[in-house]
Amino acid sequence: MSENILLKMEGISKSFPGVKALDNVDFALRKGEIHAIVGENGAGKSTLIKVITGVYEEDAGRIALNGMPIHFKSPKEAQDMGIGTVYQEIALCHNLTVAENMFIGRGQHTFVQWKQMTEKAAQMLDSLDIPASPTQELSSCSLAVQQMIAIARAVDMDCKILILDEPTSSLDEDEVKKIFDLMRELKSRGVGIIFITHFIDQVYEISDKITVLRNGALIGEYQASVLPQIELISKMMGKALSDISKIKKHEPLKSDSIVPVYEATALSSAAGVRPFDFNIQKGEVNGFVGLIGSGRSESARAIFAADKVTGGEVKMKGKKVKIKSPLNAMKQGIGYLPEDRKGDGIITELSVRDNIILALQVMKGFSRPLSRKQAEEFSNQYIQKLSIKTPSINTPIASLSGGNQQKVILARWLLTHPMYLILDEPTRGIDVGTKVEIQKLVLELAEEGMSLTFISSEIDEMLRTCSRLIVMKDREIVGELSGMDVTEHDVMSMIARGGE
Amino acid sequence: MQRSEIHSGLKAYLSRLSNLFLPLSVLVLLIVINLIKGADYFSFTMVKGAIYGNIPNILFGASELVILSIGMTLVIAASQGPDIAIGAAATITSAVFVWFVLNAGEVTLLTIVAAFLISCVAGLVIGVFNGSLVSILRVQPVIATLILFMGGRSIAFMIDGKLSPIIANDISNQIGTVIPGVPVQTPIILTVVFIAIVAVVLKTTNLRLYVESVGINPDAARLNGINPKKIIFLTFLIMGICTAVAGFIAVNKAGRHDSVNLLKFIMMDAILAVAIGGNNLSGGKFSITGSIIGAYTIEILNRTLLRLEIETETIKAFKAVFIIILMVVGSPVVRVFAGKVINRIRTGGFRSVLKRSATKSVKEE
Repeated sequence: MSENILLKMEGISKSFPGVKALDNVDFALRKGEIHAIVGENGAGKSTLIKVITGVYEEDAGRIALNGMPIHFKSPKEAQDMGIGTVYQEIALCHNLTVAENMFIGRGQHTFVQWKQMTEKAAQMLDSLDIPASPTQELSSCSLAVQQMIAIARAVDMDCKILILDEPTSSLDEDEVKKIFDLMRELKSRGVGIIFITHFIDQVYEISDKITVLRNGALIGEYQASVLPQIELISKMMGKALSDISKIKKHEPLKSDSIVPVYEATALSSAAGVRPFDFNIQKGEVNGFVGLIGSGRSESARAIFAADKVTGGEVKMKGKKVKIKSPLNAMKQGIGYLPEDRKGDGIITELSVRDNIILALQVMKGFSRPLSRKQAEEFSNQYIQKLSIKTPSINTPIASLSGGNQQKVILARWLLTHPMYLILDEPTRGIDVGTKVEIQKLVLELAEEGMSLTFISSEIDEMLRTCSRLIVMKDREIVGELSGMDVTEHDVMSMIARGGE
Repeated sequence: MQRSEIHSGLKAYLSRLSNLFLPLSVLVLLIVINLIKGADYFSFTMVKGAIYGNIPNILFGASELVILSIGMTLVIAASQGPDIAIGAAATITSAVFVWFVLNAGEVTLLTIVAAFLISCVAGLVIGVFNGSLVSILRVQPVIATLILFMGGRSIAFMIDGKLSPIIANDISNQIGTVIPGVPVQTPIILTVVFIAIVAVVLKTTNLRLYVESVGINPDAARLNGINPKKIIFLTFLIMGICTAVAGFIAVNKAGRHDSVNLLKFIMMDAILAVAIGGNNLSGGKFSITGSIIGAYTIEILNRTLLRLEIETETIKAFKAVFIIILMVVGSPVVRVFAGKVINRIRTGGFRSVLKRSATKSVKEE
């Protein structure tokens, strides 16, 4: 048995000033095994990876590769020993060709042998079934193919161990499937794969083993086939699951009698969503549901005028209003948490405080700044309310974890006391614990009388929170589902039928 | 509660100060060099009731650069690129000023004020021009301002109508040098007033928050109700005012309008001042205090090289060497290394880290 073990780590500890990132963690990876490492943000997954790849030096513990004790001092050494890593953000050059991206920077030759390189790349793309041509510019490939090329690059370094850090987080379902096919192919060649992801379903779909970390400590290593999903989640969160099952959406409202908080007729935007009708009641939670590209985000953006509004009529509480810019929407009491947290949400270098007060400040106006004291008061209030983990309110938001960044954006909008809040993918890429907190918060806010539109790729999350689902397909609304007992199947079949 | 508030305030203040570590230490270094050269560095003399000496000369000489560096800081912060036409723009605004004064007949304080206000309008027009190119047409700032950089001085020459018109009147002279009975030279006072106005604007508006947000992430800024185009436009308007004020001071100092040489190459020093001040040239967070210190540092450097009796022909080479050293010391790589060393000295065990961080600091980036 033991000759099958590629990598064995025992008693690994690593501390940073003030934190024990890893505490006596064991880990083993076997040949031809896909091994998922899961845990919430701050569990120690990245630190463990960085110890394996030589970015960090461990404080204590032993690492053995193929039974030989090793001690990497640099990522280069780890690479030379056959450990390839692919990170979440694709670290390739967009304006170079596929072949260049696969080989450049690692040749032993001073001069590049173009022809040879192209041939070799073609061979490899072919053998791994990657649908790309070696001479194609990388930017013309889809994200999934780019990710596959990054994997191919890592694998070609005579790789025995492949580490994939959130390789699927920006891909849609079909693309994920392609990555998984590639992973299975590599597995059959005897490569040991370490897979890190936030998507529990993906863990089960592809992994053989699961190692759970929590707060830097090892919770355990499990056989994926025998560990029930619900148990895995509770191991990750460190609490019983009654919490999740307690989340209960509200009864759908009787919609005809009352004037809706927000109502749009034939609304359309420059982003190409078909003119649609939409409304939401006071205290209602509804959601746009559909596949990626169905127009659910575009619809939300049209409501907030995040894209140029090209037509339609909008009423707030029955009164006709003009919403032509995000500022108009904000002044009407609408808030919008965008899908792309990094691109559209956070202002990276600004402090947590400035990020929290931003929307309120803009609504107050250019010449009426909040006093420093007020700004600090508001920030501290919401840091406490949403239990945002940050060293101080002056910390740049970029140094917070994804979940906490998302809470800061949430705090930003809650501080404006909107009547109507749109949350586009508020739980993407954040840990399970925070996900649950956000879902709970949504329902609490609705109870206090706020109207919310919730959008998520994870359909069960929407089923849990939304009392009315607006189903979208191909940039058009195809139907509506409401009631306490809507199932995933209902949604799927409506999407399937909707095309006719 | 009270104490922790004071504590956090102090901490924030210290962390802001640490960003100014580089410009301040350069400033101190230059002063030390000057003191070694001669202990009389700080000495001053009174001539006709006004103070003269090394320090007043520096403050006097750096006036235009300080004012322009403030505008440059804002432009770079919002639009992620410098305005390279500031020298040419100031030449135009001051040409307008001189044109008005020379055509006004008798020169009174009112004429000067009116002429100054009209030159401000000229500055604003230039700001509208550059600002429209950058914000509406999305031309990169360097390219957009290249137009006036090339053509601006010719325009100024056309306004002048002849080579180097002279403005010889008492008021201009007093603005350029000293008002009888006032111990401080007028350009110094004007600069201080200008800085004070900027400070008040920053304190009473959201200029900082808006400009920084737009500079860091225009998309996110837009989704929070800020119009990035308007903000970028605004920074160019402010720059227009800065050039008008700087041109006003420069031409009154010189006593004549030399459209070829007035504030020539000052954009280089202004960009440098912004960089020395610890500002990121790719936009975002900014420190006007840093830029002001940077501007004075450059002036001191120029004068120090003169004082060391380096030949004027070779002075630029020395300046370049000094700036290379400055940039290397202030570079992120060196900073990370220094931070680690300091950290390790604090926790003890200095030797082991020197070895480690030398190999690691680059890698972890």
